[in-house]
Amino acid sequence: MFDVDVWQEIFSTIKKNKLRTFLTGFSVAWGIFMLMILLGSGNGLQNGVKEEFSSNSINIMWMWTGDTSIPFEGMKEGRTIKFNNGDYSYLKEKGENIENVSSRYYLPGTIIYTYKNEYGSFETSSCHPSLLGMEKVNIVSGRFINDLDLNDFRKVIVIGDNIKKALFKEEDPIGKYVKLNNVPFKVIGLTFDKDRHSERTAYIPVSTAQRIFNGADRVHTFAVTTKMVSTAEEAEAITDKVREGLAARHKFDPKDKKAMGSFNMLAQYIRTMKIFQAIKIFVWIIGIGTLIAGIVGVSNIMLILVKERTREIGIRKALGASPASVITLVLLESVLITTVAGYAGLLLGVGIMEGINYGLEQALATGGGEGIFFRNPTVDFTTAITSMIILVVSGALAGYLPARKAANVKPIEALRDE
Amino acid sequence: MIQIENLHKSYVMGHNSLHVLKGLELGIEEGEFVSIMGSSGSGKSTLLNILGILDDYDKGTYYLGGKLIQGLNETKAAMTRNKMIGFIFQSFNLISFKNAMENVALPLYYQKVSRKRRNQIALEYLDRLGLKDWAHHLPSELSGGQKQRVAIARALISQPQIILADEPTGALDSTTSFEVMEILKEINDQGKTVIIVTHEHDIAAMTKKIIRLKDGVIEEVIKNGELQLFKDRVRTE
Repeated sequence: MFDVDVWQEIFSTIKKNKLRTFLTGFSVAWGIFMLMILLGSGNGLQNGVKEEFSSNSINIMWMWTGDTSIPFEGMKEGRTIKFNNGDYSYLKEKGENIENVSSRYYLPGTIIYTYKNEYGSFETSSCHPSLLGMEKVNIVSGRFINDLDLNDFRKVIVIGDNIKKALFKEEDPIGKYVKLNNVPFKVIGLTFDKDRHSERTAYIPVSTAQRIFNGADRVHTFAVTTKMVSTAEEAEAITDKVREGLAARHKFDPKDKKAMGSFNMLAQYIRTMKIFQAIKIFVWIIGIGTLIAGIVGVSNIMLILVKERTREIGIRKALGASPASVITLVLLESVLITTVAGYAGLLLGVGIMEGINYGLEQALATGGGEGIFFRNPTVDFTTAITSMIILVVSGALAGYLPARKAANVKPIEALRDE
Repeated sequence: MIQIENLHKSYVMGHNSLHVLKGLELGIEEGEFVSIMGSSGSGKSTLLNILGILDDYDKGTYYLGGKLIQGLNETKAAMTRNKMIGFIFQSFNLISFKNAMENVALPLYYQKVSRKRRNQIALEYLDRLGLKDWAHHLPSELSGGQKQRVAIARALISQPQIILADEPTGALDSTTSFEVMEILKEINDQGKTVIIVTHEHDIAAMTKKIIRLKDGVIEEVIKNGELQLFKDRVRTE
């Protein structure tokens, strides 16, 4: 099969029919090129949306309260529902399928941050230590809030990169004291987020926030992580269970979305990824369809080629060519054209997607590209290899019929003088 | 060399069956120079195809070099053709995109002879036929006589036991025809069996034995000594 002579035979026929070989190869190259572009774009879109989700844990769930809108057990609507530290203990100890809980108390009014002569107003997030793994908090120096800080009501603060730049300039803020409305807090950590989700946010222990800013045991929102499940229905079931528990504690209708609001990221995530799975299947169907069109083209051209070369094949057979050697000749030519052309299409497709990726990354690095739902639109190695295997197999398939036709050429008929 | 007994062959065309060879008997010894003649429809092409193992027959026996040729599969038939028979065709049947040397070397390719070796042998054969300078020319750059000489070299290269020539001079002018016949005669003088199919009397007259076919059987065999007689008869016809 890897006989130099066989290849020389094949190359001499290809050289003789350059344009036809090119056109044949083009249809295959186009097919694989489109497949790569489609797959790459699909991946890019999916990665972009995943990136949006990745600012938090995908199994995070938020809950907040409001006024009831449905009468419940003889009580009129319009009652204000408020979470408290008891709810935290309840979720932590009795919450079904709940892994971590962090409560947040909203600091009243505008909080002014002061360090030496610099001051500014920033978002203050009060939380439990467990928030670190739930929301995207990226500690670049120092540490995050821990249980000791929480239990001892320590006045400690973790600040975002923007706050550090505004107040401390080039100074190292760790160990320094920043005043929040004249109450000094010791800076224990610094966060940095290249996507700038939390750069203007500072974190303090929720217990400290409640004590210093007159919160008593009031909690405004909960962030919890739930057990990982694989369907949106299961995720919604977890939400319903948690709502039922809290509704019983505060005496409101579990269906009352106004009394207590909730958002389950996991259910949303699963639904979105389902859409992408469907898109991926769709892309493969279209891609394979395009490829089949290319392969039929190759098969067609090879059939014509065999017909044109009938006399030559007849001569070869008269001189001692076995059917096997004739089949090898046609089949290898078909595989060669599809593989080389397909590889060219593959390279071009992957190249263009890599180029777009490079451009995107440049844009993101320089601060542009904000809000583009498109990340890393490339095709992975396995997919490329799979496509290559599909190509070789399809080349063989495309050559099969023509090769059989060639093998069946009868020398007497082929050599008959017209 | 060739022993044929009671050979029958018919072609089925739709509902009709055409009985072409009807119990043909033929013996050709080693080293003979034979021409087969006959009007169209006499079965001479069919006989040539069967002799060249390009076609199968229905009934009878065909021995080539002491070997029974019957019901061979395509691969076996191809191998036998390659080793035992050298073909020369009316329209040369050279492969257009291969040069003279590569065309001549082709039978050796199917014998798995290395490229270098078979091209070297091909050059020797071309040299013998006076075409060494044309070895690297494509068939389209050669004259008819040169093409047929390339084809003869190709027929000889595998050192077959018989040479089968189908109207070898059909596409050539008379001067070139005689040159080609001269070459075939030389080949015969070197001991090879040469069988040509022709409808030209003067070409047939240059061979040593003429077999005339009519309606699927041998009508008459004219041997060496009677050739002069044959020539005279042709002239008066």
